[in-house]
Amino acid sequence: MFYNVFEYKKNSSSSEVTPEGIYLARRRLLTGAAALALAGGKAAPSAAAPAALPVLEAARNARFSAAEPLTSYGDITAYNNFYEFGTGKDDPQRRAQALRTHPWNVAISGEVETSGVFTLEDILKPHPLEERVYRLRCVERWSMVIPWVGFPLADLLQRFRPTSKAKYVAFTTLRDPKQMPGQRDGWLDWPYVEGLRIDEAMHPLTLLAVGLYGRVLPNQNGAPLRLVVPWKYGFKGIKSIVAIRFTERQPPTSWNIAAPDEYGFYANVNPAVDHPRWSQASERRIGAGLFEATQPTLPFNGYAAEVAPLYRGMNLHRWF
Amino acid sequence: MTVAKRYRYIWKPLVFVAALTPALLLLAGVLGVAGRRLGADPVEDLLLTCGKTALNLLCLTLAVTPVAKITHRPQLLRLRRMLGLFAFGYALLHFAVYLVLDRSLDAAMIVKDIAKRPYITLGFAALMLLIPLAVTSTQGMMRRLGRRWQALHRLVYLVVILAAWHFYWQVKRDVTEPLIYAAIIATLLGWRIRERQRRRLPVPVTSKYGSATAPERI
Repeated sequence: MFYNVFEYKKNSSSSEVTPEGIYLARRRLLTGAAALALAGGKAAPSAAAPAALPVLEAARNARFSAAEPLTSYGDITAYNNFYEFGTGKDDPQRRAQALRTHPWNVAISGEVETSGVFTLEDILKPHPLEERVYRLRCVERWSMVIPWVGFPLADLLQRFRPTSKAKYVAFTTLRDPKQMPGQRDGWLDWPYVEGLRIDEAMHPLTLLAVGLYGRVLPNQNGAPLRLVVPWKYGFKGIKSIVAIRFTERQPPTSWNIAAPDEYGFYANVNPAVDHPRWSQASERRIGAGLFEATQPTLPFNGYAAEVAPLYRGMNLHRWF
Repeated sequence: MTVAKRYRYIWKPLVFVAALTPALLLLAGVLGVAGRRLGADPVEDLLLTCGKTALNLLCLTLAVTPVAKITHRPQLLRLRRMLGLFAFGYALLHFAVYLVLDRSLDAAMIVKDIAKRPYITLGFAALMLLIPLAVTSTQGMMRRLGRRWQALHRLVYLVVILAAWHFYWQVKRDVTEPLIYAAIIATLLGWRIRERQRRRLPVPVTSKYGSATAPERI
């Protein structure tokens, strides 16, 4: 279980304390502010107490963290697009709780020297966890700032020694209509599939996340293992991954299959390239005040300095 | 109590309060009072709630005549103007939220949106077409325009189609809800087409309704 994998430490305080509260308190502790705050149980006001998710030990990677106010744990875990559990924003939180994330296997295949089916424990074992605060920009024009816990995807991929033919990496979400009631509806072809070019997958910003706010990922956020690619629209961040395949050709991706004129393979956040039906020039930050919510969208979601070189010479209007 | 008084003192105030309730709930959500809170994306919440309430009220407005005829209660037509005006009010609120909160009054972007985004073009057209209907909704205007009033107010059929289409077109994938609206609108307009066809047939006795507040011909 997660206990072994993450050296799960049971939290001594009562379950009334929100993960956000614990998280903020732990942050203060780490920064040496005061132990008093923790003792006082200064819980943040939002977020109902979740089914006590195990705490993850992960230091923040400041180099890869945005210095912006975090979106509340309550909003991050209650406002989700995870069509496997329904198309409503609150469906995932209501309907994902029964998802069994243990045991969990991930199949590695394709253009690699080491392929096979691995347990989640095997997948995670060698990788130290770190925390990264990333902006998340949804193609629907809303955005969040999320403290993920995870490790670079590149570190995992290299373990399997991709061959020279590995030009792309394809990911697959669990397909199990019994556990994922949204898969009984045909809004997307199931299972959900996503993909990255190998250089995108190997980029140091690309993260495999197993937690947020210092705790194991809630099911509705893609437990137990999800992709986070902060310079791309949120739908590229495939959730509940069961297969990773290295391919020579560009793999199919779910939203591109559903509406090829609206969602491309690259899906880089780009204020200059509109969705055919709506402008992508601005976004609404979740949790900001009514009058402060709308703000301009940045090229590559603010990560242009790091990732723009990946697309040098490419026509981003064509390869949207 | 006469029918006129019952409507004036009971039914109209009740409908007024009912139609105002969604706005009051949103206001409570904005102010964070009475245990109300807007959704995680409050601007989206305001946009959707105002827009859908406008559409609901438009459908209700269009349901008045069929219900009045089928149930033989022509007095129901007394409620129609208020429902229509509330629909216009919510549509205006929806547009205001878009202009101020979603687009921060960025004129260039708004003009581009209306010109370039088909679903916004449709919504904008629907709102513009509602303006003459709202302006000519008074008794005085009704008298002054006479038969032309009816012709003008048939625009509402176009408005409700544009509004539902506007809703359909902005949905990302799951179009269940807009399709439900489409079915309702098809029923409401289909009933009118059928009535019209029926009136063309040589029927010995035709009943006359609709003279209570507005002489709607179908």
